[in-house]
Amino acid sequence: MSETRAAECAAEPPIEAGAVIIGAGPVGLFAVFELGLMDVKCHVVDILGKAGGQCSELYPEKPIYDIPGLPVVTGQELTDRLMQQIEPFGPAFHLGERIDVLKRLGDGRFELITDCGTRFTTGVVVLAAGGGSFTPKRPPLEGIEAFEEKGVHYAVRRMEEFRDRDVLIVGGGDSALDWTLNLAPLARSLTLLHRRDDFRGAPHSVEKMRALVADGKVRLLIGQMTGLEGKDGALSAVMVKTKDGEERLPCTALLPFFGLTMKLGPIADWGLELNENLVPVDTEKFETSEKGIFAIGDINSYPGKLKLILSGFHEAALMAQQAARYVYPGKKFLFQYTTSSTSLQKKLGVR
Amino acid sequence: MAKITFIQPDGSSQTVDAEPGVTVMEAAKLASIPGVEAECGGACACATCHVYVDEAWRAKTGKPSEMEEDMLDFAFDVRSESRLCCQIKVTAELDGLVVRVPAKQF
Repeated sequence: MSETRAAECAAEPPIEAGAVIIGAGPVGLFAVFELGLMDVKCHVVDILGKAGGQCSELYPEKPIYDIPGLPVVTGQELTDRLMQQIEPFGPAFHLGERIDVLKRLGDGRFELITDCGTRFTTGVVVLAAGGGSFTPKRPPLEGIEAFEEKGVHYAVRRMEEFRDRDVLIVGGGDSALDWTLNLAPLARSLTLLHRRDDFRGAPHSVEKMRALVADGKVRLLIGQMTGLEGKDGALSAVMVKTKDGEERLPCTALLPFFGLTMKLGPIADWGLELNENLVPVDTEKFETSEKGIFAIGDINSYPGKLKLILSGFHEAALMAQQAARYVYPGKKFLFQYTTSSTSLQKKLGVR
Repeated sequence: MAKITFIQPDGSSQTVDAEPGVTVMEAAKLASIPGVEAECGGACACATCHVYVDEAWRAKTGKPSEMEEDMLDFAFDVRSESRLCCQIKVTAELDGLVVRVPAKQF
């Protein structure tokens, strides 16, 4: 997210949300449905640029066989159907953003702030963050953490940062290729390092990259990193193993693109009771140690927990019962079926 | 049953009995072999079950598929004997298989 965008967001008043759902995986999406039936309007935040969580990020094409009523469905189809199912409730999505700050306000409600400065106030927070947030993988090179401020970057926030620098990009997918194409004109030198002379990225990007290599504007090196050199956080060289032996490659900026992994991330800092990176909840309301903060799906733990999508759906339904009581204190709730209730059918737009 | 031996970076090793039909990753997880993480659960969607197949077994385990090669791009210190062990099915033929677990999954 650009610095300007962050400044703009910070200047806007906070969004008043019925509930903020953290995580747009299948369970987070179904929570929109269950909360929607209870008239709770949801804002959904996810670090990925699209809804679906692990289902669309890790296995969009893989068949899932244990969703009741759907003998076989792919991760992407399930996501698409859930999006269709929750459409009547008009959830607001904040994709490509991560909740960094969650704090309780004086009145018992919560304030949440994303990494790009979007702010929410709400009485109900639903953690549906699965295995945590998807974050770039850090190559296991000794001392890499020390260079992460100035020399090692897992994303490009501002292209200007790379002007007139000796840049090394590592990887064979679209991120590595796109940034090779974009940064080549700015950098003093640019080397693309990949373990094999075969790229997963879009064919036209591979073609463009090969043209830059042919023009001598980009150096393509086949090999793997083995170590880093530099001091005081400033990177000076990367050691690379190629089939011809070891090479010391001088560079001041390293961009490793090795995909994403799941990390609990900022959730660990919110004062919630944790148990081996999972959030313990009760099995009546799926509420955490903090009143008003619920945890559903793979991220929670309780005796007998199974990390199944269908368990997450059940948890969402029970969570919504309690969440609605926080949003509408004193209101009398009548348990109803979508099959027969006129009011539920009106909410669903089928009546 | 097929015996599969996992050799750790420190030289120690564990041998497990695996039922033909499961994957080498599943056999490793069932026996809690250290160093085989399998973050994605066997969907060939991460590279955290990376192993090095012992020289003597390379022909029998075969080469990685294109999808597996793509995923190996996300592994560290990839060698010609690298495989993702969720993609190796245990068969009677593989009785005695030896694989090395890398120093780090990533």
